[in-house]
Amino acid sequence: MSGEIFGFSANRIGAMLRRHAYLLTGSWARIIDIIYWPAVQMIMWGFLTQFLAGKTSYVAQAFGILLAGLMLWDSLFRVQLSVAISFLEEMWSRNLGNLFVSPLRPSEFAASVLLMGVIRTLLGMIPVSLMAWLFFDFSIYSMGFALAGFFANLVLFGWAIGIAVCGLVMRYGLGAENIAWAATFLFLPVAAVYYPVTVLPVWLQAVAWSLPPAYVFEGMRALLIDGAFRGDLMLGALGLNILYLGLGFAAFLGWFEASRRRGQLLGQGE
Amino acid sequence: MSPPSATLPAIAVAGLAKTYGDVQAVAGIDFTVSQGSVTALLGGNGAGKTTTIAMLLGLLKPSAGSITVLGTDMLHDRHAVLPRLNFSSPYVDLPHRLTVRQNLRVFAQLYDVPGPKQRIAQLAQKLDFTTLLDRPAGALSAGQKTRVALAKALINRPELLLLDEPTASLDPDTADWVRGLLEDYRAERGATILLASHNMAEVERLCDQVLMMKQGRIVDRGTPTELIERYGRDNLEEVFLDIARGRGKAAQPAQAETAA
Repeated sequence: MSGEIFGFSANRIGAMLRRHAYLLTGSWARIIDIIYWPAVQMIMWGFLTQFLAGKTSYVAQAFGILLAGLMLWDSLFRVQLSVAISFLEEMWSRNLGNLFVSPLRPSEFAASVLLMGVIRTLLGMIPVSLMAWLFFDFSIYSMGFALAGFFANLVLFGWAIGIAVCGLVMRYGLGAENIAWAATFLFLPVAAVYYPVTVLPVWLQAVAWSLPPAYVFEGMRALLIDGAFRGDLMLGALGLNILYLGLGFAAFLGWFEASRRRGQLLGQGE
Repeated sequence: MSPPSATLPAIAVAGLAKTYGDVQAVAGIDFTVSQGSVTALLGGNGAGKTTTIAMLLGLLKPSAGSITVLGTDMLHDRHAVLPRLNFSSPYVDLPHRLTVRQNLRVFAQLYDVPGPKQRIAQLAQKLDFTTLLDRPAGALSAGQKTRVALAKALINRPELLLLDEPTASLDPDTADWVRGLLEDYRAERGATILLASHNMAEVERLCDQVLMMKQGRIVDRGTPTELIERYGRDNLEEVFLDIARGRGKAAQPAQAETAA
């Protein structure tokens, strides 16, 4: 079989990306949906930031801190949601049986939905970041290479949640679909997106430091307020992400096997 | 890809069972399917036909037993043999928003089919849906969907084709035409076909071997002619009814074991 490394085929992953490209290019509604909510949120937070900048020294000190927090948080949420939606598209269309009887391996399927998560997120976030620059004179790209580190860590965590959610929905069916929309928000209070970890009660601080987003958003604040890049925080996030990604994949493969035992790969759908 | 061997069965199943809690969907069945043959799984609703096919495909894990497909152990090495088989079933669908051409293009790539454009054009011509190629799959009629699903099942020129109710939703004319197409495909490719069907005329016409299932067990087997003679009936439909209702010769307890 062409393009295979250790039984992992780039060609088959490419086939799945082709399937999602056909879907996106054939549907304006889907493209608009990818951009719409991030854009609305960014505009609302942009005006709020303008208002608060004249009222509080904290926001005045680092004008883009709320907008940067919003856009990075939304990147995490969009990656997780996009991974889940790419998977749900197969459930909605009752296509899982066709896919898993083809030579496509579960790991290749997982890789394709993870890549689609990033592609869909970039399709939404790049236009929104340009809008923030245009309307509010804030460029998230002013964070330079640090932005790539923040984004990469959030993508990894979004992948970990997203792939676990895919496994969960495969195992428990479309009745568990709402988890795809809600999962990431479970972490929002302890992700330290808009306030530092020290604001949290001590016991919740321990929870926050066990999750990669807290490291990313503390790192973001250090950069925007103090102008310092905290490599230690990035490495902390990366270490945790490797752990969570491993757990996410293990959960997906475990639930995939459970679905095979229970006969849920044939005939799941709306 | 290992070359087909005339002596090796295309499918060999031993002690295959599936239980869901207290419910025994398939109860320890044994059968082989010769290469190049057409075999039917017959039985009423809930007899275990679809469960058996799902286990053969690896979509469902058996509770017990072994499955060897084209010389490969399906329970431990299914990915080695999946490029050589394909299936269609009314329980799955193709993505509705993609056109027929796009759907087939995706599956051609998944199966690493050489010359995918030509293969799609060839299948569309053969299955008479060239004019539907650029229509969304969700906009097709039931009969058109069945033909497109069959094209998906044939896209990789499979050595083994598993078909769950291949002519369901088709009018008698189109169904007859599809049966002819399956006969041609088997003759051209030397392919093995295992199908589940409720259409007895279809089974009589296409199949070399029939496995009669009831309540998860194979209760009788043989060629259509053998079964008709054994039950003293005029056609397979009457045999089916005898077995389903436990009447006539099917009421005699030694029947299944003698036949097996």
